[in-house]
Amino acid sequence: MERGVHDRGGVPTDEPIDRSEHTLEDWEVLTDALVGALARRGVMNVDELRRGIEGMPREEYVQASYYERWLFSMESILTEKGVLAAGELDRRAAG
Amino acid sequence: MTYRVGEPVTVAARAHSGHHRTPSYIKGKTGRIEGVHARFRNPETRAYGDQGLPEMPLYLVSFARSDLWPEPCAGGGHRVYVDVFEHWLEEAK
Repeated sequence: MERGVHDRGGVPTDEPIDRSEHTLEDWEVLTDALVGALARRGVMNVDELRRGIEGMPREEYVQASYYERWLFSMESILTEKGVLAAGELDRRAAG
Repeated sequence: MTYRVGEPVTVAARAHSGHHRTPSYIKGKTGRIEGVHARFRNPETRAYGDQGLPEMPLYLVSFARSDLWPEPCAGGGHRVYVDVFEHWLEEAK
């Protein structure tokens, strides 16, 4: 049975699990707050957030940190809903 | 609520391409109902912008570690606890 990139419980590996913690950076705290605000406003819910994360290309998912996955999902779900135009965030970040 | 605490259940072995919260490692495996949480909105439809209604019963199900991963390991007698929605459960095989 094909399993998604996130569905990795019990997948054999010789790599140790990274249990280290890090101090959250500002953008990570803001990402968390944004997802909370969008949920409270009814714009997107946590199950949509999960779906967006699970829909990441496998290579990007593996490389991405926890909140990078949240950001990826938020952008793709909000684009899907028409809240953001395609490429809008990139244009604003560049401008 | 269809199932009661202590009852054996088997997790459906079906594939599901969309968002769902049933991990592969318990699909087709038989465990035991340990608790009945409550009814919750269905994440499988809610993940696509739906309201997720009707709400579905969610259970706490335990599995013998050795039933999930037969290889001997230090946690031989451990049980693994997973929250599973009712529509993924079947009568124990």
